[in-house]
Amino acid sequence: MAGLELLSDQGYRVDGRKSGELRKIQARMGVFAQADGSAYMEQGNTKALAVVYGPHEIRGSRAKTLHDRAVVNCQYSMATFSTGERKRRPHGDRTSTEMTMHLKQTFEAAILTQLYPRCQIDIYVQILQADGGNYCTCVNAATLAVIDAGIPMRDYVCASSAGFIEDTPLADLSYVEEASGGPQLALALLPKSDQIALLEMNSRLHEDHLDRVIDAASKACKDVYAVLDQVVRDHLQEVTALIGDRGSA
Amino acid sequence: MTWRARIGGRSLASSMASVVLSEAEKVYILHGVQDDLRTDGRGCEDYRGVEVETDVVSNTTGSARVKIGHTDVLVGVKAEMGTPKLERPTEGYLEFFVDCSANATPEFEGRGGEELGTEIAHMLYKIFDNKSSVALESLCILPSEHCWVLYVDVLLLECGGNLFDTISIGVKAALFNTRIPKVRVLEDDEGAKDLELSDDPYDCMRLNVEHVPCIVTLSRIGHRHVVDATLQEEACSLASLLIAVTSKGTLTCMRKIGKGSLDPESIFEMIETGKRVAKFLHVSLQNVLNQEESLGKKRQKIGFLR
Repeated sequence: MAGLELLSDQGYRVDGRKSGELRKIQARMGVFAQADGSAYMEQGNTKALAVVYGPHEIRGSRAKTLHDRAVVNCQYSMATFSTGERKRRPHGDRTSTEMTMHLKQTFEAAILTQLYPRCQIDIYVQILQADGGNYCTCVNAATLAVIDAGIPMRDYVCASSAGFIEDTPLADLSYVEEASGGPQLALALLPKSDQIALLEMNSRLHEDHLDRVIDAASKACKDVYAVLDQVVRDHLQEVTALIGDRGSA
Repeated sequence: MTWRARIGGRSLASSMASVVLSEAEKVYILHGVQDDLRTDGRGCEDYRGVEVETDVVSNTTGSARVKIGHTDVLVGVKAEMGTPKLERPTEGYLEFFVDCSANATPEFEGRGGEELGTEIAHMLYKIFDNKSSVALESLCILPSEHCWVLYVDVLLLECGGNLFDTISIGVKAALFNTRIPKVRVLEDDEGAKDLELSDDPYDCMRLNVEHVPCIVTLSRIGHRHVVDATLQEEACSLASLLIAVTSKGTLTCMRKIGKGSLDPESIFEMIETGKRVAKFLHVSLQNVLNQEESLGKKRQKIGFLR
């Protein structure tokens, strides 16, 4: 490959990570007061915001109503200033619509929708800064937001991307690695049961390598899970401590 | 002074996140405002605490996040090279876009927020459509050939009343934070011109935001008016006056919104209040921005992580 070496001979990537290493994850739950649930997530330089409204009555046409479970309604949008080149519109373009579909599919698999028949759950995600792995960061942020909203799920949904460069599977691709045009896999996992909620691959990859790439991605998902779980526990501790203070005062 | 009163038409408040108040709640707010004591303990001319942070999105030329109460706005400025407009060959220009995202309220999903977004963007165009707000000549690189176009994109994240003021503060802070790379024009022997962009991030041009106006919205409640109304107070107000004031106290734009009516006398009263409040607002905003700047790299970036 000309110019940029994505994986050095010593096994380091462009940003200094090892092949299976994630970028730094920082997250916070309960960012907004008006929404039922909200969360903010940073994975390296990719920043996403997720907001959940519901479960509530079906909005708009009643024809969408499902009588045995809740409708999961998603919208993926990217801030016009989030990418290197300015975007013309935040949502409604082809990639955003595709991402919306993927999110919907992922969360329909994870949320216990049968508990809320004839209801609607809105999940809105917004990319504030894009630096690779947009879908994955959105899923992780949305998981936290759904938990913040108190909506029961089968399990956390954790997502991570993986690539395959120079015979090595790489976890959690950054923008530079994504742009190199190699194979790219996005995986959303329910980590406790090892169930796959979404699997998508772009470009081509030899079948023999697929196993290793999926393994790398699911390992990364489980690492993400550890971080998310810690965030949720910390958040709960903080909130309960606050309630406790108020109770004793 | 421009006079743009729009009476009738669709009220703006009805398209925003709405709260439903009972008659008793309305009376409570109304009586409070009459005695200069609002539900959250403020007086009629007090703002809620304003949080401003600049440089929050690293792939923009300038960005800011402003939070007033539950209203949360993120503004990003991107500088791109373009051609000057025909009628103004020696000036660059600003483009505004307001994205009322579904984050703020589910009603904005899909194209739901577009109407409000266009309305606010249009308002911003009017405010900046004069020579005194921003020195547009400084954005020109080569007359009638190249200029900087500043895309000011506003992202509405949460809506808790007083949208216009918050957005205008955000725009001012983001423009303050904007650093445009310097461009040199090289001319070869045959007269062909070539542009050379400086790649040193510190070799940049900054905008003078001293004359950038801030919007102050005055909501008429009963016989008095309040600044920085919350959603509940907006629901009690029949009409509001929106004025854009510079730090020197010059009015650059004015507009009446809401479905009710205002009598001319009260309008002058409101303008006076607006000017007084705006002066104070400009001074404190500038102080905060300068303070943040003086910290330089030592500043801890908070963003949404707190």
